Amino acid sequence: MKKSYYLNMGPQHPAMHGVIRLILELEGERIQGCEVEFGYMHRAFEKHAESETWNNVIPWTDRLNYVSPLINNVGYCMAVEKLCGLSVPERGQYIRVIASEVSRLTDHLTCIGASAMELGAFTVFLYMIKAREFLYQCVDKLTGARITTSFTRVGGVKADLPEGFEEQLLSAFAEVRRVLREVDGLLTKNRIFYDRVNGTGRIGREEAIAYGITGPFLRSTGVPYDVRRASPYLVYDRLSFEVPVGGNGDNLDRYLVRMAEMEQSMRIVEQCFRQIPPGAHSLEDRELIEAGVMFDEGKAGKTGQLWKAEAAVDATLEGTGQRCAPHIQGPQRQYALPPKEETYGSIEGLMRHFEIIMWGRGVRPPAGECYQAVEGANGELGFHIYSDGTDRPYRVRCRPPCFFPMAALGKILVGENVADIIPTFGSVNMIAGEFER
Amino acid sequence: MSERIREALSGLLRAELLAFEGSGEEAQARVPVSRVRDALIALRDGLGFNMLVDLTACDLLRYPVSHQVGVTDPCQATQGDAWKEKNVTHERFELTYRLLSLDPESGLLGGRFAVKCRVSDGEIGPPSIRDLWPVADWLERELWDMFGVRFSDRPDIRRILLYEEFVGHPLRKDYPINKRQPLLASRLKADGEGISPAELRPKLVP
Repeated sequence: MKKSYYLNMGPQHPAMHGVIRLILELEGERIQGCEVEFGYMHRAFEKHAESETWNNVIPWTDRLNYVSPLINNVGYCMAVEKLCGLSVPERGQYIRVIASEVSRLTDHLTCIGASAMELGAFTVFLYMIKAREFLYQCVDKLTGARITTSFTRVGGVKADLPEGFEEQLLSAFAEVRRVLREVDGLLTKNRIFYDRVNGTGRIGREEAIAYGITGPFLRSTGVPYDVRRASPYLVYDRLSFEVPVGGNGDNLDRYLVRMAEMEQSMRIVEQCFRQIPPGAHSLEDRELIEAGVMFDEGKAGKTGQLWKAEAAVDATLEGTGQRCAPHIQGPQRQYALPPKEETYGSIEGLMRHFEIIMWGRGVRPPAGECYQAVEGANGELGFHIYSDGTDRPYRVRCRPPCFFPMAALGKILVGENVADIIPTFGSVNMIAGEFER
Repeated sequence: MSERIREALSGLLRAELLAFEGSGEEAQARVPVSRVRDALIALRDGLGFNMLVDLTACDLLRYPVSHQVGVTDPCQATQGDAWKEKNVTHERFELTYRLLSLDPESGLLGGRFAVKCRVSDGEIGPPSIRDLWPVADWLERELWDMFGVRFSDRPDIRRILLYEEFVGHPLRKDYPINKRQPLLASRLKADGEGISPAELRPKLVP
């Protein structure tokens, strides 16, 4: 009679990057059962978000998926803007698309590099990280940081594309393409790699849908679901790109899908550079004039500057009197920060800056809730936010895309060998930051 | 699509369909706790909502009454002292089941829909749906972990992100953000069973 035994894999195992513990029930090398235990990286993102102002949550979102932070920034800001009913100027939308696609590239490069390294292909890891470095330099130039980008703002992005950014990014793409060709030659037809990934970690199409799996993991089973294509956001409906799909839903397909997606991402960015219009990258901030003053000036015929300004609501609702009537929320139509030149150059600009930055003021979306999904590097990244009309989010829920394949992981692994855990876990691309939030 | 959903749900639930609002991808309905499972089965089997995108909750303890789903006249709710009754424990947790209808061949969406229900504090929540969508197993554990919402046929539900000894449920609004948890005793036992911490140190000979 065969006897099964238990083995703990992780949390401190070199292949369990992120910190994850798999409790395996084994019979020889064969996995009979697998339970996933996690939570070692739980940092209470959702609780923290409730204590910060709307704009202050943006740096927290960097730390969700820290391999593609820009997509998180974009997703969160789009959710807030949806609640406020804002639409970002076109140039800002293009910049967001470029930022998202560069992030998708870095994410896929890391995922393939790391999972190939765990299968012994250390060269691939070095090549991929080299290619990622070129992209990180571009991200650095764009946002001022390599990983903790905090690039978007409610109503737009932090800054316009810097000078020389297009040339630098396109030459980085040339490097990435060269690396991808090299890696393709090193891995795709490599006997050792092929045998490790082909037919392992297989999941069926219906099962993947029942588990709520999205992104490259779902596309490897042959379902061409991509949020960018199924419900286009930003300007994705104006860009032509293809959605690569697999057929078997195994690790090989997931590797191939990710490789093909990188080429598509570069195509999207190149189209963006051709289409991007000049103009503002963020919503213009509008001067606030007290309603009474506005009324008097209008009556006196001084209407020249009034059309550009917003009327500030009555002090009894918004100012000191608000404490007496907390249930009444004055309309707040000012969301965007003034340009830095005005903030530092004029007293009015500084006041408008403080109107956004100070606690108790700032961005105040109308009460309500909304859900906004974007295509993250691992699948559908959703933000479900509740506003109670104050300057802080009432609740922020992040739908982490890699939570869902991880829920299926225990089932996928049953019947496979211990050695198959490594490529399967690698292809899930579990990012502890968003998985455990 | 949302019209078809409305017809199907009002045919199934009749007066128990508490609210139906929005259209297109924003459509959502509120149903009583006891009928959530029926509504979800109807949506899955009858209307092709084959993916559970998300299951989450929100603690409405301090949420302004005037803005809650199902209050038909916002003015009515804010009149008088109604807004003062903010700390409600009745129907305190709002659960959202977010569904997606996905065509596996084309990868396009048939629609999105959200089913909501309210659970009072201390009340047993809706029946589990982990047999309909297996991923609900983990999502329900997360709700128990973060909000303390129980599911009627899961009496021995376990925490998922936090450790078993954690006291309280952190995403409740009455859980203070700076609350500290009690320190735990070592899980290593001193008596025979397991390894005692002393055994892990070398013996010192003077």
